[in-house]
Amino acid sequence: MDAAFVPNAVQRCSLRTFALWMLVWLALVVWGLVSAFLCFYKGLNQTNMNHYFAFGLWIVFDLSLIALGAGAFFTGFLTHIIGNVFIYPFVKSLKAIIKPAVVIGFICYSAAIAMLGVDIGQPLRGWFIFWHANVHSMLTEVSFCITVYLGVLTIEYLPIILSNRKLKEVPELNIFGNNLHHMVALFAAAGTFLSFFHQGSLGGMFGVLFGRPFAFREGFLIWPWTFFLFIHSSIAAGPSFTLLCVWIAQKATGKKLVKDSVLIVLAKISGWLLATYIVLKIMDTVGWAYGVVPKAGLSFIDFYQGTYGVWLMVAEIGVFGIIPAIILITPSLRERSGLVIIGAAMNVTGIVLNRFVFAIQTLAIPVMPFDTFMSYIPTWQEWGIALGSIGYGIMVFSLSYRYLPLFPQEAELNPVTVLGKGVTDFGVVKRG
Amino acid sequence: MFPFVFEWGWDVGRLIFMGLLYMVLGAIGFGLLYAFVMTWLKLTGRDRLYERLWLRFPFTLW
Amino acid sequence: MKKKGTANGVRYGMVIDLDKCTGCGTCIVACSAENNVSVLYDESDKTRNINWLKIYVLSNGKAFPHTEVVYLPRPCMQCDHPPCVPVCPTTATTNDSAEGIVSQIYTRCIGCRYCVAACPYHARDFNWFDPKFPEGMDRYLSPEVSPRMRGVVEKCSFCHHRLMRAKSKAYYEGRRDLKEDEYIPACAEACPVGAISFGDLNNPKHKVSELIKSPSAFRLLERLGTEPKVYYMSTKDWVRRMADNYLQGEFKPKG
Repeated sequence: MDAAFVPNAVQRCSLRTFALWMLVWLALVVWGLVSAFLCFYKGLNQTNMNHYFAFGLWIVFDLSLIALGAGAFFTGFLTHIIGNVFIYPFVKSLKAIIKPAVVIGFICYSAAIAMLGVDIGQPLRGWFIFWHANVHSMLTEVSFCITVYLGVLTIEYLPIILSNRKLKEVPELNIFGNNLHHMVALFAAAGTFLSFFHQGSLGGMFGVLFGRPFAFREGFLIWPWTFFLFIHSSIAAGPSFTLLCVWIAQKATGKKLVKDSVLIVLAKISGWLLATYIVLKIMDTVGWAYGVVPKAGLSFIDFYQGTYGVWLMVAEIGVFGIIPAIILITPSLRERSGLVIIGAAMNVTGIVLNRFVFAIQTLAIPVMPFDTFMSYIPTWQEWGIALGSIGYGIMVFSLSYRYLPLFPQEAELNPVTVLGKGVTDFGVVKRG
Repeated sequence: MFPFVFEWGWDVGRLIFMGLLYMVLGAIGFGLLYAFVMTWLKLTGRDRLYERLWLRFPFTLW
Repeated sequence: MKKKGTANGVRYGMVIDLDKCTGCGTCIVACSAENNVSVLYDESDKTRNINWLKIYVLSNGKAFPHTEVVYLPRPCMQCDHPPCVPVCPTTATTNDSAEGIVSQIYTRCIGCRYCVAACPYHARDFNWFDPKFPEGMDRYLSPEVSPRMRGVVEKCSFCHHRLMRAKSKAYYEGRRDLKEDEYIPACAEACPVGAISFGDLNNPKHKVSELIKSPSAFRLLERLGTEPKVYYMSTKDWVRRMADNYLQGEFKPKG
């Protein structure tokens, strides 16, 4: 039925199957919308956040989504900027993945900003961050950069949308899309600059809290070490997340969308960045444990009482840090498709844990000696918004996959033949 | 947010932060403007004309 | 004591004598009444209700008959180096007032709660609910203090409206300086045992400037470098020990 909108030389499932698929994720989105309505109507008491847990599930999700969406800017940086200056063989492989990476980035940032809109107590005043900006606050920096970067991602997404078969027939849109794409290096450079700062400032947000010795770090000039660690971990997790999403897409569509070598390149980049990050993270943790902690009159174990114990640190740095780093940097291990996916998934989990630790564990730990340890469990409304954003992401990605030429290698890897002859202009095949 | 708004103060922090922000916004704006202008030129057929002019008289493009 | 750089050299601070505090809670009631603090349907959830001034119960942890309990009222510390001010993305809180009071602008606050996360004293409360004033109680609301709506952060302001009232009165009388008893927050005024003293820490004529020099005076979490302007006094070593975090052997009892 929608064969005219499907890209050339590829097969897509029937519209009915697609609609059923979308319905599942739409249910999540509806749950999210209901939760958002409740939060706007009744207030943030719909959550389990309180004076101790000023930040909750949404902030953890925001931090994680933005860290994982870093695949977009980093792949763009490598492809359009490094690729134009240095001829590295891996850059060519990344061209096969840059479009899905941009879509994933767009999804992550738009979902994060939407979630933030619900999270603040006065969403209608959100524009105050721009209008009454406090340039000394890390949160101002984050807000400006993620908003402008969402604009950049939209500009990078637009040519992909405009490369839809039907839209390309409109000459105005076709030419405009091409001209936008001519400037992609400029947008990629702007995106890299913005991403560098907001990924870092998200870490800086916690590193400057000198009233919270758990999160506080010394640093370089005005930037605490968490600034650089968050940038590093985001570029380590981003390509892994892109890898995972593509792999999931391959599983869901039942066909190969990119050559294995492309995924291996993503794994290699991710692996080496993760390995170097883990080394720096361990150095930072030791420095913190011997510097900031005793200066505040505390000892390392003081922070690991209650629900969030030492196991969390072992999980974050050891299990989901060192192990995936080893898997992803060892050629013989990452060549095995099962292991590389496990490695990427563990990498992503480790970074999400890191964001969780900084947001939630910081707030759970009392600073005044007579104060108590607290723990926090989100309500269904909070889960609704978080999972709704995942449903939204899957819907956008599915639409993009179905109607846009996201994967340049797809046609080559899935040749369509009719009566022994290769077909280049096909469309929809009813597969029931 | 803008220098002409009440309570703006020219301190070092603002100079650096807003300065960099406006530079990036300017770059992105320039990129968008370029895309729009080139599209308009192509659609109205002026791109060939300007191409020839540009080759002969580089300053005529403005 | 360093004189910090406020515009006119005035630094209002508080000294709370923990040896006198009985934990009666009059200060909390006076504060809530004075500052139009809203009431929840169920006030028992102390992690979500609003109290600008909270009383913590400290115990020396020993068994009877050596148990000692001390009540510690905790207003906003009005830090000279506040962790909450630099982090606010909309400049809804500032510490550059002429008297050193950390302000909170409710109409600018967007409710991001970054300041709530930053404050180690938990002095800041967020309005998780729409403010409600039970039937009839709305008639006692003070016209000098703006009520807060849902979704903004509020905190103790050292009854800043009383300062404005005192300054207006002084100006009307043709002088700029305030006498010691002209400006006093509701909690200090209401305390039945006189445990809370208030005044200009920089002014040698004010009682508090002498009290803070006492050997039993201390502040909460001094090591963090927040420079709070609320001092406590206690002759008990174990109370002073609980005011901050100390490693083994670091705490020096004053005996």
